[in-house]
Amino acid sequence: MKSRLWIFTKRLALVIALFTWPVSCETVSDVGATIGQVTGTLSPQEADSIRRVGSAVGRTFEDITPEQEYFIGRAVSATILDSYSVYDNPEATRYLNLLGQALAMASDKPVTFGGYRFLILDSDEINAFAAPGGFIFVSRGMLRLCQNEDELAAVLAHEIGHVQHAHGLRAIKGARLTSAFTILAIESARTLGSAELADLVDAFEGAITDVSNTLMVNGYSRRLEREADEAAVTIMRRVGYDPRALVRMLEAMDEQLEPGGLDFAKTHPAPTSRIRDIVRIRGFNAPAPPVPEQRMVRFQQAMAGI
Amino acid sequence: MKKMVFGLLAVGVLALTGIAHARTMNVQVREGELRNRPSFLGGVVAVVQYGDSVTVDAEQGAWRRVRIDDHEGWIHESALTRRRIELRAGDQDLSGAATQDELALAGRGFNAEVEGEFRSQHSEIDFTWVDFMETLVKQPAELVAFLEEGGVKPLEDESE
Repeated sequence: MKSRLWIFTKRLALVIALFTWPVSCETVSDVGATIGQVTGTLSPQEADSIRRVGSAVGRTFEDITPEQEYFIGRAVSATILDSYSVYDNPEATRYLNLLGQALAMASDKPVTFGGYRFLILDSDEINAFAAPGGFIFVSRGMLRLCQNEDELAAVLAHEIGHVQHAHGLRAIKGARLTSAFTILAIESARTLGSAELADLVDAFEGAITDVSNTLMVNGYSRRLEREADEAAVTIMRRVGYDPRALVRMLEAMDEQLEPGGLDFAKTHPAPTSRIRDIVRIRGFNAPAPPVPEQRMVRFQQAMAGI
Repeated sequence: MKKMVFGLLAVGVLALTGIAHARTMNVQVREGELRNRPSFLGGVVAVVQYGDSVTVDAEQGAWRRVRIDDHEGWIHESALTRRRIELRAGDQDLSGAATQDELALAGRGFNAEVEGEFRSQHSEIDFTWVDFMETLVKQPAELVAFLEEGGVKPLEDESE
């Protein structure tokens, strides 16, 4: 009997905390702590601890720790792989990871909690996804569109740009974060009970849905795509790939994509508008470096089965 | 006004004693490498773990020269956070540090346990390939060799 009341009051505390958002997390933890204390579910020490820690655990997507971003990224990846099969070609996957991880090393966020990893999706769609934390997926259709290593580098660098700016996390609705951060404040004081853990799993599940839908269905805003393109150009220059390859890729996509189509066209702004944005960001005056023979050969070898 | 004077005084004292540089940062990635120079090409002199506290002695671009125990080396700033990472929250006295933006709770929130619950509720979602992805680790030396073999050289000099 007591335990039922206990669960109820804890849930009530969470619900109230949820509805007080977005006043501040301090308020959230104060409410949670006060209610917990009054109802006897928390000791005064525990309540005190929540008040102290509550203001520290977070408010927005920017407060999601790299460790939590990593777990969100894992589940988003598994969700993507629920819709797509993996193209199991060790040679192509190895090549993709060498290229992708070399590019990531030159980004403004070269280190993530679990590192950058790349996988090929067995799909004719022209598509690519970046799950939070650095799990990046490229479809066979997209790989087929790449004429050379520089163009593939452009695709991967763009996705790395999304990871670098944590664009995926921005898709998570505020209420889910509030809920998670509130539970986190309680967790700072003691081990979670089963009801709290269930609420946390609900928030997690919701976050995974928010991010997955944005990646696979709704797409990012033009502003975020431009940010990723900007990051891609910077990364390519730092490493030594021709940034104009990004423009060539977008032109190729423009030719291939059908407006209103189901893949990349659905989740990305029109390539022509992105090209205009890129050219505006940085004038491409440097002469194009010749693509060395050996780079072309290894690209063709790795992509032979694609 | 009083606060301002205090603040200025504090800054002055820090500057004089050189403490301004020697600040504490915390490792926010699962595993990080300390290198003998500020580059991913530098040799690894020590490995640091999630939650380790290091003392920052110097900066160069996005790299920090840090100390921990008897080790000293360079680590990229993206591996570090100002927030103290509390590995066992709730078990320790948090009163000293728990003001806003100072504390991160390791292993809390969305963690392995939450993933486990999520997986038990969604048996159709398979993590096998995600686990496989995590094994696709390439070392910086391999990446550099890959770029060299492809004749890939920086187009412009960027120090970072």
